[in-house]
Amino acid sequence: MSANSTANAPAFVAKTKGGRITDFVDQRVGGSGMLREFGRKVFPDHWSFMFGEVALYSFVILLLSGTFLTFFFDPSMAETHYDGSYTPLKNVEMSVAFSSSLNISFDVRGGLFMRQVHHWAALLFVASLGVHMLRVFFTGAFRKPREMNWVVGGVLLILAMAEGFTGYSLPDDLLSGNGLRIIDGVIKSIPVIGTYISFFLFGGEFPGTVIIGRLYMLHILLVPALILLMIVLHLFMVVVHKHTQYPGPGRNDGNVVGYPLGPVYAAKAGGFFFIVFGVVALMAAFFTINPIWNYGPYDPSPVSAGTQPDWYIGFVDGALRLMPGVISDFHFEYIIFGQVLTLNVLLPALVPAGIIFTVLFMYPWIERWITKDDREHHVLDRPRNAPTRTAIGVAGFTWYCVMWAAAGSDLIATHFHVSLNDVTYWLRALFFIGPIIAFVVTKRVALALQRKDREIALHGRETGRIVRLPHGEFIEVHAPLDDYKRYKLVGFESPVPLPAVPNEHGIVTRKEKRRAALSQWFFEDRVAPASPAELEAAHGHHGQHEAVESAEAQKTLSH
Amino acid sequence: MKALSQKRRHPLAAIALLLMGLLLTGGLYAVATTVNEAKASTTSFSANDAEEGGKLFAANCATCHGMGASGTQDGPSLVGVGAAAVDFQVGTGRMPMQMNGPQAYKKPAQFNDEQTHQLSAYVASLGPGPSIPEEHLLDAQGNAAEGGELFRVNCAMCHNAAAAGGALTRGKFAPALADVSEKHIYEAMATGPQNMPVFNDANVSPEGKRDIITFLKQIEANGSPGGADLGAIGPVSEGLFVWIAGLGVIIAFTIWLTSRTS
Amino acid sequence: MGNHSDGSPSHSGTVATAGQNEVEKFQDPGLPPHRLRLADTDPKAAKRAERQVAILFGSSIVGTLIFLVAYFAIDLGPGSTIATIRLQNALLGIGTAFAMLGIGTGIVHWAKALMPDHEVSEERHPIRTEEDRQAAVRIVDDIVEETGIKRRPLIRNTLLGAVALAPLPALAVFGDLGPRPDDKLAHTMWAPQEGKLKRLTRDPDGTPIKASDVTIGSAFHVIPEGLNELHEGKLNEKAKAVVLLMRLNPESLKPSAGREDWSYNGIVAYSKICTHVGCPVALYEQQTHHLLCPCHQSTFDLTQECKVIFGPASRPLPQLPIAVDAEGYLVATSDFKEPVGPSYWERDEHERKFNS
Repeated sequence: MSANSTANAPAFVAKTKGGRITDFVDQRVGGSGMLREFGRKVFPDHWSFMFGEVALYSFVILLLSGTFLTFFFDPSMAETHYDGSYTPLKNVEMSVAFSSSLNISFDVRGGLFMRQVHHWAALLFVASLGVHMLRVFFTGAFRKPREMNWVVGGVLLILAMAEGFTGYSLPDDLLSGNGLRIIDGVIKSIPVIGTYISFFLFGGEFPGTVIIGRLYMLHILLVPALILLMIVLHLFMVVVHKHTQYPGPGRNDGNVVGYPLGPVYAAKAGGFFFIVFGVVALMAAFFTINPIWNYGPYDPSPVSAGTQPDWYIGFVDGALRLMPGVISDFHFEYIIFGQVLTLNVLLPALVPAGIIFTVLFMYPWIERWITKDDREHHVLDRPRNAPTRTAIGVAGFTWYCVMWAAAGSDLIATHFHVSLNDVTYWLRALFFIGPIIAFVVTKRVALALQRKDREIALHGRETGRIVRLPHGEFIEVHAPLDDYKRYKLVGFESPVPLPAVPNEHGIVTRKEKRRAALSQWFFEDRVAPASPAELEAAHGHHGQHEAVESAEAQKTLSH
Repeated sequence: MKALSQKRRHPLAAIALLLMGLLLTGGLYAVATTVNEAKASTTSFSANDAEEGGKLFAANCATCHGMGASGTQDGPSLVGVGAAAVDFQVGTGRMPMQMNGPQAYKKPAQFNDEQTHQLSAYVASLGPGPSIPEEHLLDAQGNAAEGGELFRVNCAMCHNAAAAGGALTRGKFAPALADVSEKHIYEAMATGPQNMPVFNDANVSPEGKRDIITFLKQIEANGSPGGADLGAIGPVSEGLFVWIAGLGVIIAFTIWLTSRTS
Repeated sequence: MGNHSDGSPSHSGTVATAGQNEVEKFQDPGLPPHRLRLADTDPKAAKRAERQVAILFGSSIVGTLIFLVAYFAIDLGPGSTIATIRLQNALLGIGTAFAMLGIGTGIVHWAKALMPDHEVSEERHPIRTEEDRQAAVRIVDDIVEETGIKRRPLIRNTLLGAVALAPLPALAVFGDLGPRPDDKLAHTMWAPQEGKLKRLTRDPDGTPIKASDVTIGSAFHVIPEGLNELHEGKLNEKAKAVVLLMRLNPESLKPSAGREDWSYNGIVAYSKICTHVGCPVALYEQQTHHLLCPCHQSTFDLTQECKVIFGPASRPLPQLPIAVDAEGYLVATSDFKEPVGPSYWERDEHERKFNS
């Protein structure tokens, strides 16, 4: 499309058809200002910047396939006898919701495909949200001025989990029914009001006859509307802030380097929607997801081995599995003032998720308080250049993964031929020591990588060629870096620990001392970037080698 | 391994070896020709069968199960377990057990059909127990839907709703049921091998068992309507798949998309 | 290795101290020079890229056709089997995948190979200007001043009170989402009706069970007599009443005081609903006498009256007292003596009521 239809002079005639259409619209609604602003807006290009788009596109796919499914799905829990074409369930008593889900799968052409597209896209939606948040965390993109957008992203993650869980329950099959029952059990453990919440949610006792209808309304109306609202907010802030960029030559906090929206970036981003859709379609074509016909209709008596929630709820289920109910003679369920406090359910259901989301939401402010860094950041940190932050992130992710793995403890046991109980014991131990090990190892790896960068910046890249000097010494030839590549390795900040400073009354408060201690911990082992003086010194010191190197380089060129 | 070396020095080991050698040479031919006959004659035992079975038992099983199958510390008494139990345990290769462990594993059968038949005859002669099921109960022509309901109530909690198997306590597990013969499924229900509960005819009627077999064979033959079933173990494999394959392919695309063309 | 690869912090000064931070930094060399692509210089390469893009778009057309053929030509009528559905699903998926990937990869390839690939640098502008900020602050001040809210605390306070209370009706209006719990969770269908004891019947067909049917090693999945005839709230009752019936060697049961007559000849009945969060605890290991919950692996020992021996549950499974009636059928002599299923806040109150 032509972007030069912005002039308002009546004599203006656009050159292309696209331009004329733009002009037509502009004369009626006046969008030229916007097009002028966005038409050539610059977006940096990096593969790790695409996960947000994956999430957005998965959401679009979810809206499209979900709309199709609503035309055929009936959320009623009335009793019926199945008379569709799947013979292993012929005449079985079930709810209308389950029966209509089976009809979508077996009697509506393309219905099974749409169900599978919808479910795979849902798993991909939450997974890409998670990876996107990890990318934002590890590159420090949440720093000022983007803290609020980080929070909006966190809210989106919670909403996505809620949307996923309400959808998972809709077919009223045995697996999701038992999932709901677990939720009911967790709700009942809430002190004072738990029983009431349970009765209000299910319209009486579990399972009742209203829950599917209520979840359906949440799933197709309320939660998606909130998600849409949050997406709009999120994208609005992306536009306000412009995108972040990785450090490199020519890139600084005052500019943004990349491709203009039209045509290159728009083409890539637009084409990427079709690619994501294509990948989801491939998964739906060849891989069964949520085979409700295997699980059968919900009935409170049966249960299937391997009853798990979808992956994004897995960490809560895993925490429930890891918690021991009794330690020697101490029962975690105990009576207090004549009422029951069910800590063996409450603690694992609320505490890990609570810690994860609290730290996640607070982290930008925690780091800002420790580092007292109030500047705007538009250039990202490479994860190795913020070793403590990277280590915190990996420790947190490890903790999450331990709980996540625990949700599959029975399958780990059967597939690796180990004892179910042993798997649980190991994971209980890892729950406590896993994050610590992860923190230490990650921090050391990050520092080692920083030293490696320094090494390369100062001495060049190892070529693998060994040369014997006239006096018999063997050295490896290093090829020097060009300025651009070197800048990538040295162009980062390395803040020093910030000692405690007195406040306006001249007193160093205890809080300030704590902050200083944390600042010390945050920056203590860091590696400073190589400086020009050091490069000079390195070259001077290794003058002889340099000579050999340049001679070698000459030789290589003349080959 | 200790158990095996002990067995090797057992006084009956020589006899066992001799018998096995004899039976193997003759057995090969017998296997090739008498498969159908053996099937047809599963329910009737001759006195000769029981006698031959007794010899096999003394040579191969008595170490653990005791002479006369009265049981020892290493193995339970087999009096009254019935022919079905022997046919299942020996026919699926679970017995003789390779080593003591939480559970006997399925492995290639150590005895041919005739020997299994003889062993069954011998154990059946020790006391009444579940017999080898009638052919008409194994035709997988019952009501799959009713079988499915029975399966979900009685079996799915251990064997998984799609019969993909599941974990039990302390290293034990309920195996997957694909590729298990109709006869062995029936016998397992009737006799309750190892930690599996017994589903006697008063609990699940012979017709009900036939329905369960019908259901299992039907879902096995159907396969998964939506494509590969990813092990039919539910959301865990689906989640792994989307993280590894789904995101993997998408990351490959993003790298291509943001790379510069040469 | 070269002898200059010794990067130990001690002599390379890798770990900077506070004073060293002010060392000069490398200058930003600016954007690297633009590198031309093959298609920029070689018209043949450009032509080739053009053809490739066209082929990709063409494959998308083929994909759409595959989808349409698969949709209209494959019949899911009465004669169809699971294999038909699988085939149609696969073809619809392949069609969609080709249609989408063709367009997507085509556009991206076009953008990468043929559209201008000069990286552009754009200035970032401050999110707000100081001028705007001052003007905005003045406006807000003026607005607050004109309302006079600071001078009229009565208005302010009553407004705050009104706004704080206004959402309450919005909460209260949801009061009819469900009934009050009362003590519904404490009772099950097993309670004798008009003096008639409920028989134990098989799940799912509801036929009664004779004590002699339950041989050692058996596990029966049990529902109360009359459950299948219920129409209202059948699943609600089933969700509380399901029971697992097993027979052990009577010697291995060591009933505690008060429970001596709750079993019959080694036959015991326990609630199938886990005391953790309510999954059916249905995995019975007949040799170890352990019951395992498949959801969170709580393990209960039948020989110790279903005491928790592993996993997250904290309380034993409730036992159903059983006996045999005149015709030899198993019956429940009373309801459970405690509420079944997961714990809840009022549970202990309910249990005390049972015992008083």
